[in-house]
Amino acid sequence: MSSFAYLVAGWLFVIGLYGLVTSRNLVHAVTSLAVTQSSTYVLLLTIGFQWGGTAPVFGDTPITTTVVDPVVQALVLTDVVVGATVTALLLALAIQVDKRHGTVDPDELRSLES
Amino acid sequence: MIRRARLLLFAASGAGLVTLIVTAYLGLPAFGRISHPYGARAISAAVVDKGTANVVASVTFDQRGFDTLGEEFILFTSVLGALLLLRPSAEETKRARNAPQGRVLDSTRLVAHLLLPLTLLIGVYVVAHGNVTPGGGFQGGVILATALHLLYLGGDYATLRRFTPRAVFDVVESVGAAGYLVLGLAGLIAGGAFLDNVLPRGTFGQLTSAGTVPLLNVAVGMEVFAGIVLLLARFFEQDLELRGGDR
Repeated sequence: MSSFAYLVAGWLFVIGLYGLVTSRNLVHAVTSLAVTQSSTYVLLLTIGFQWGGTAPVFGDTPITTTVVDPVVQALVLTDVVVGATVTALLLALAIQVDKRHGTVDPDELRSLES
Repeated sequence: MIRRARLLLFAASGAGLVTLIVTAYLGLPAFGRISHPYGARAISAAVVDKGTANVVASVTFDQRGFDTLGEEFILFTSVLGALLLLRPSAEETKRARNAPQGRVLDSTRLVAHLLLPLTLLIGVYVVAHGNVTPGGGFQGGVILATALHLLYLGGDYATLRRFTPRAVFDVVESVGAAGYLVLGLAGLIAGGAFLDNVLPRGTFGQLTSAGTVPLLNVAVGMEVFAGIVLLLARFFEQDLELRGGDR
C-alpha cells in the first residue's frame, strides 16, 4: 500500500504518453502532455512525504515539529503555474494550426509548409 | 496502418519504459520515511538563518531564488509567445460588439458580484503573507486573475474588457518580471551575490519578516496576475470577437 503513490505517478506518466501517441486532436495532445507533466508532481510530493508530517510552515509550531520535505514542494509550486502558461502557449499553437490548415488532427498535417 | 505500427512501437517501448520506472522505484527511499536530508537542511536554513516561517517560500525565493528567476522567465516568454501567436490577422474582422450572449441567471450574477471583492482580498492576502503562511506570488496571482474573471461569469464580456485594459496589464506584467531582476541586482550590489537576501530579517512570523522574500512574492504575484489576465483576454478575443480568416 505504501508504494501506491509511486504507482500512481508511473501510471499518469505512461497513460499521458499513450494519449500523446494515439492522439487524433491537438487539444487532446496538449492535455495528454499536461497529464504526463502532472505525474512528476505526484512523484516529487511522494518522495517528500513523511508519516505524521504537517505543512513546512513554522508560523506557530516549534521547529522540532515533524513536517514533510519543503524542497520538493517548492519545486512543484513554481511549475504548476508555469506549466499552465506553457499549456496556454501550446493551445495557442493549436489555434494557429487550425486556422492555417483547417484541421487539428496531427495525422492530417503531412507537410511542413504553412 | 501507420497508426497500428505506431501503437505497436509504443507498446514495445512503453513496456521497456515501465520496466525502467519500476527498477528506478525499487532504488528509491521508502515512502513516508523519517529522514529527509535536504528538507532538514532547508528547514534549518530557513527558520534559523533566514528567519522565514514558510520554508517553501524560503526555498523558492531565497535559497533557490535564481532557479525561480528562470521559472519566472519561462512564464514570461510563454505568455509572450501565446500573445504573439493569437494576434488577430489582417483577414480576420471584428464581430459586432454587444452581440447577443447567453442568459446569466440572476443568482449567478449575484454570487459572482459578491465573491468578486472577497476573492480580490484573498488574492492580495495570499500574495502578501507568502513568507509567513502557505501561499505566495504564484498562488495569489492566480487567485487575483480568477477574481477578475468572475465579472465574465456573472455579467458580460464587455464589463470584463472594460476592467482589463491591455495596456495596463502589459505594464504590470513587465514590471513584475523586471522587479524580480532588479531585486536580484540589488542583492548583487549590496550583498555581493545575485538575489542575495540583503534586507533585514525582521521579527520572525511577522508580515515584514524574511527580507526580500515578500518583495519577490509581490513581483511574481504581479507577473502571474497580469500574465493570466492577458492570456485569457486573447483566448476570449479569439472565441468571442473575431470572425473570418482563412477558414
